[in-house]
Amino acid sequence: MKMPEPDADVIARRQQIIKAMQAIVTGEGVITDADELRAYDHDGLMAYKALPLIVVLPETTEQVSAILKYCHDNSVKIVPRGAGTGLSGGALPLADAVTLGLGKFMKILDIDLANRAVVVQPGVTNLAITQAVLHEGFYYAPDPSSQIACSIGGNIAENAGGVHCLKYGLTTNNVLGIEMVLMSGEVVRLGGKHLDPGGYDLLGVATGSEGLLGVITEVTVRILRQPETARAMLIGFPSNESGGDCVAAVIGAGIIPGGMEMMDKLAIHATEDFVHAGYPLDVQALLIVELDGPEAEVNHLIEQVDAIAHQAGATYVRISQTEEERQVFWSGRKNAFPAVGRISPDYLCMDGTIPRGRLADVLNRITELSEKYDLRVANVFHAGDGNLHPLILFDANQSGELERAEGFGADILKYCVEVGGVLTGEHGVGIEKRDLMGEMFTEDDMKQQQRLKCAFDPDQLLNPGKVYPTLHRCAELGRMFVHEGKLPFPDIPRF
Amino acid sequence: MTDTLKPENADQLFDALQWAAAEGQSFDVRGHGSKLDFGRPMQAALGLDLSGLNAITAYEPSELYMTALAATPIADIKAALRQNNQQMAFEPPDMGMLYGGEQGGGSIGGAIACNLAGPRRVQVGAARDHFLGFHAVSGRGEVFKSGGTVVKNVTGFDLSKLLAGSFGTLAVMSHVTFKVMPAAEKTRTVLVPGLSDDQAMNAMAAAMGSSNDVSGAAHLPASAAARSGVSYVSGAGVAVTALRVEGPGPSVEHRCRALTALLNEFGEIEELHSKNSADLWQEIGDAGVFMEGDAAAGDSGTDQIWRLSVPPMDGAGVVERILGETGAETGGRVFYDWGGGLVWLGLKASPDASHEVVRGAVKPTGGLATLIRADAGVRRRVPVFEPQPGALGDLAKRVKGGFDPNGVLNPGRMVEGV
Repeated sequence: MKMPEPDADVIARRQQIIKAMQAIVTGEGVITDADELRAYDHDGLMAYKALPLIVVLPETTEQVSAILKYCHDNSVKIVPRGAGTGLSGGALPLADAVTLGLGKFMKILDIDLANRAVVVQPGVTNLAITQAVLHEGFYYAPDPSSQIACSIGGNIAENAGGVHCLKYGLTTNNVLGIEMVLMSGEVVRLGGKHLDPGGYDLLGVATGSEGLLGVITEVTVRILRQPETARAMLIGFPSNESGGDCVAAVIGAGIIPGGMEMMDKLAIHATEDFVHAGYPLDVQALLIVELDGPEAEVNHLIEQVDAIAHQAGATYVRISQTEEERQVFWSGRKNAFPAVGRISPDYLCMDGTIPRGRLADVLNRITELSEKYDLRVANVFHAGDGNLHPLILFDANQSGELERAEGFGADILKYCVEVGGVLTGEHGVGIEKRDLMGEMFTEDDMKQQQRLKCAFDPDQLLNPGKVYPTLHRCAELGRMFVHEGKLPFPDIPRF
Repeated sequence: MTDTLKPENADQLFDALQWAAAEGQSFDVRGHGSKLDFGRPMQAALGLDLSGLNAITAYEPSELYMTALAATPIADIKAALRQNNQQMAFEPPDMGMLYGGEQGGGSIGGAIACNLAGPRRVQVGAARDHFLGFHAVSGRGEVFKSGGTVVKNVTGFDLSKLLAGSFGTLAVMSHVTFKVMPAAEKTRTVLVPGLSDDQAMNAMAAAMGSSNDVSGAAHLPASAAARSGVSYVSGAGVAVTALRVEGPGPSVEHRCRALTALLNEFGEIEELHSKNSADLWQEIGDAGVFMEGDAAAGDSGTDQIWRLSVPPMDGAGVVERILGETGAETGGRVFYDWGGGLVWLGLKASPDASHEVVRGAVKPTGGLATLIRADAGVRRRVPVFEPQPGALGDLAKRVKGGFDPNGVLNPGRMVEGV
């Protein structure tokens, strides 16, 4: 993975930059010591590490604005960082960039139940939002599996999903407003407790922008009332095909479950060994289907899903009878990543999305690739929305295994695109999938995306080297290439 | 009448925009022209009529998406979806009545470009939330695409969000892909008669904050209710607050009972079933029927209409403040959708559409006001969309410049001179 060449001039100015930062963030908010910097040298993509120039931990919007303005005026790059749980290397430090950590933005500012909105600072964890309103019967719907640790600001940067987004939407569908500091230091407010954006939907593009457009300093999310009941079903299948068929048939029948997750045999065994959720071990694929709503609705839909499952060839069906049992069903799935971590020194977690109808096809392809690369793979995924998380097992201490695992992963993602899917469903491009962007987009597609970046950050100081494989200068992107203009009709009818 | 180009396919669209970019021409871009009066009057040299881009190119019911050429009629899309018991969950409104045109018109591209949404917005979002991807030609004359056909997708910037609600000022879409959803097995509406606007905000908040999955929450003050074509509503003789529940039969019945119990303290509850329920929510989403003047009373119906997007609990207060300050006799043309968060407000015509009063009342709520209907002259003088001063306005201009630096597309439709 090649990162942009560090700017020696900026590195030479390090002491000067430290002084300027210390003038803005007094106390212990500026980290310069190499040992302390090491705590920030990677995010959730463990395979890549780099020391930042320095780390700054501001506490107010004014400080963030002053930091960005200084860096803008002095051509210093910024890498924004939330909780550092991102899986695509979006917060990977750069040797010539200030890592701007939002970890001190921890306040819940406003709980407004009547308007069903909560206003928080961006460092508040995803789960803390739900915990703040749970006693009133409300919750925040998107629930990435890192929800105990990941921050809401990071969720917006990555447009995080989770098991419930099939029915309740992704982060982008649940965020109402943000306050964001532009690279120039200017502060803009996008959205609020109302629903319509004024003018262009810049909140919409900021969501999922992976720290390339601005630094989020305040967030307004919508909260929902908790469903009356939820019940989960464990459904086992003798093959990936029958499991995939069942998923398509449930959706085809007009049922949108609260969650619909699938695991393959290796994932089932790894999680069962780890948390003893009572998963059947004699099946090839296991579905967890959760139905939520009023009891009458849940029972009605469980009957329908049960019938569909049997028709698709299910050999095992268990329905949760108590809330505890429902939690146990989920415990395996929720611990799938650490469970796989127990059976392999290292793993890479991929994140493609495919059309649901191609589930079995893609799983079979992954099996073939597993043989080709001679690496094991465990599959867990959000089957309801076709979002795959193949976990490629490898040992980084064995020479060449990381490269082999990355080659395997890239082949999986290319196949996802080939069958009509996309490179990443919820983890982001970051550095991990940066060089695969050309599989999905043409040069013109990417240039147009980068022109949006230029409107926010014309000097490309925010998180450079992430998402886009080629850094074009904004002046170059802005140039118009026009053809000698004769209207090349007669083809177009005129009136 | 300006000259109009009518491309018959995506290649011709590309040719037209290449030419316009090279020649410094500008276009007013239209699908079916059903919403041309939404926004500022344009100052374009030529028309660009997309109505030739008309076909559903991919529809996978079990994958829950459809791809269509941009000017495919909404009516055709709805018909295709109905055959598979599916729908566009964001309920694109029919703005025919509001703008005095034909009903049943409008294209999918137009609905997305205006980021329309019906009453179900409170539950499932607007066009932006259902818009998965597109192919387009920018004002630079370059073909580009974004998004895909799957819902979970964070590959690159989400330009679909940007194009939704950009009123054709950034790029001209040739193909759009959007989510489709199963149609509900059953729909019912719980009616609470006789509430004041303030009481209604509280009743709707109680319903929306319950676990009954309300998919529509609207309040029609007495004079608005009287205009409804649904006799149960118009015959009530008082204000009507309406709450919709949708889903499998047993669930809908259960939730109606639960809502009735919850709202009993607010008054005697009634229910609307299937067709009446569907008609009422269509009226609420389209808004026109509640906004028209009463000809018999000498009311021409050409009044100015504001669409206010505010925090739901602020809806009634904002209206009270505006009417207090304008002293306007509204002729009853006010009603609330989205649990109070969307206010439709018709005011007697004035040269400045009372915009300072309206925006002054909305501003403290953090919300925004759109002048959705007024004479062209008024829309030229008065900002139609909420003005964006300072850094935000500058940013929006730079975004426009990135897609359409020479102002080829819909010049001036959103902001004067942009």
